[in-house]
Amino acid sequence: MSFSTATLTGSSTATLTGSDGREVVRNKVPVWRRRKAAANYIALLPYVFFALFPFYIMFITSIKTDQEINNLSNSPFWATGIATEHYVYLATNTGFFNHWFVNTLIVTVAVTVISVSIGTLAAYALARLRFRGVELFGVAVFITYLIPQTLLFIPLIDVINTIDDYVPIRDTYWSLILTYPTFLIPFVTWLLMGYFKTIPVEVEECAYLDGCSRLGALFRVVLPMAIPGIMCAILFSITLSWNELLYSLVFIQDETQKTISVGVITELIRGDIYYWGSLMAACFIGAVPIIMIYGFFMDYFTSGLTAGAIK
Amino acid sequence: MVSVPNVERAVAASPPASRRSELRRRFGPDIDGYGFLLPAIIVMISLVVYPFFLAVWFSVSDAFVGEPSSYVGLENFIYILTEDDIFLMTIWNTLLFAFWSVVFKVVLGLTCALLLQRILKLKRFFRGSVLLPFVAPTALTTLGWWLILDPTYSHINWILANTWPFTMFGLGPYNFLGNPTLAMASVIFVNIWRGIPFFIITILAGLMSIPEHLYDAAEIDGASTWRKFRSITLPLLRPVLAIIILFSTIFTLGEFNIIYVLTRGGPMNSTHLFSTYSFTYGILNHEIALGAAVALFLFPILVLIVVFLLRMVRRDTSHEL
Repeated sequence: MSFSTATLTGSSTATLTGSDGREVVRNKVPVWRRRKAAANYIALLPYVFFALFPFYIMFITSIKTDQEINNLSNSPFWATGIATEHYVYLATNTGFFNHWFVNTLIVTVAVTVISVSIGTLAAYALARLRFRGVELFGVAVFITYLIPQTLLFIPLIDVINTIDDYVPIRDTYWSLILTYPTFLIPFVTWLLMGYFKTIPVEVEECAYLDGCSRLGALFRVVLPMAIPGIMCAILFSITLSWNELLYSLVFIQDETQKTISVGVITELIRGDIYYWGSLMAACFIGAVPIIMIYGFFMDYFTSGLTAGAIK
Repeated sequence: MVSVPNVERAVAASPPASRRSELRRRFGPDIDGYGFLLPAIIVMISLVVYPFFLAVWFSVSDAFVGEPSSYVGLENFIYILTEDDIFLMTIWNTLLFAFWSVVFKVVLGLTCALLLQRILKLKRFFRGSVLLPFVAPTALTTLGWWLILDPTYSHINWILANTWPFTMFGLGPYNFLGNPTLAMASVIFVNIWRGIPFFIITILAGLMSIPEHLYDAAEIDGASTWRKFRSITLPLLRPVLAIIILFSTIFTLGEFNIIYVLTRGGPMNSTHLFSTYSFTYGILNHEIALGAAVALFLFPILVLIVVFLLRMVRRDTSHEL
């Protein structure tokens, strides 16, 4: 591996004039320094390997034939060919694409829209407006953000049954659209509160002078300036609702209403013989959309996590 | 932010005696703030606060699926604390699980963040890949680990049996999820795998905020790398570390997905946490009351951590102002 040592240790390179009159950059970085830089990369490799290992296993297992998987003398790390049978099986014999994938998508989109809208309004009020109890509400948001789902899933069944008497949401993904915002709204609010505080008040005051109402100022001035923060809130809502397991496991038994995580765990694992190929194919496909989004918007993820936790 | 002088000024400027100004005097100049909060308040009260008190009610009742419930006092708590050996084991498991997970996540997360900070090329690749476990669906990636830890198909056992130098020792095959100790180690292992990225990201951000000139000064004084880490990095990172350790402790104590997918609390109930045991009682056995009582044991720990956290977060913001 070669490194641009000039950028590594900017001050230790010297610009000299060579014998032919052209400028020559002579590298004064000692060999031990370069070795040390290489050592950093080498030390990082185990982490990368560790982080990516299960993804690789999921993928490689999903493209093997059953025969190849079950031949235990073969190396489990390689596939001799590419078999699509497990993916075909998922599409034809299970509700993976027809139901679970679609349900997850619907729930994720609906929940994200609901949570980010409600959270944005709340965050704006808590960060900017002056009214009695504003600090108290801020603390309340923080506390609800930290209440684990473990404490709530049992009573929430009761709440859903009560609502079901009026609107049929029991055992449908609507119960998830209703309950996921409980952990997303506090998170979005907390995240955006920090973000709104960084936007100068003066721009808003200008908007008021120009005749904007409060909502007008929020939508025309504040939100456009807060787009990175809102993007981050959207991305987190998508990730957290796509990945949720406990509520959907508890609230939904109907196979056609399940989300990916629950569908895979409850419908694809049957009896004592595991169909590793189709199971891994399902895991891989279920993870791909999130990984792709993450690939495109990685910087929003990292900035948001930092802001959500530290600020 | 909210400050009393602002409120008073606004009140003084408004015309007296009208109903609106009376309201403003009492609730502050931006009464519409309550309107902005209203949707969030409705959701939080009906789906968090109310269920929470419902859980408290369940825990002091004899609630069972499909039957009317009545008040029984602390009977459920007394039952699980004195007669339920599995619950006592669950408390111990939860502490063990949280302690080792968090310790390893801090140490590995810190070292990885320090390494990531030092590299310049392929930054996005390295960061992106070590952060991946955090964004991918936990239930699905844990199924991947389930295959890796499966007694028959285990990749680890295959390596132990087929590659040098492990072949010399004749190790394995291990039944990772079938032996209580190994099963506990396995779920902690997967939890660490899943939790390190959170530490890496937040610690990296903390590292960025340490002013470069401190290191330059230390370099002039001839400080070694280790000395710089001990005397500059670690002290300045302490507030960030404290906050994320508390955060991670809360999430680790409430962990459900990994345990449910890998072991379902087994073998012989040796890996139950509050969440999975509460699930077993409340959902599988229909003993809603006992399920709620088990889950509520999380609450005192939670309150303690929240108090600590609020103090720290507050101090941080007052610093900014």
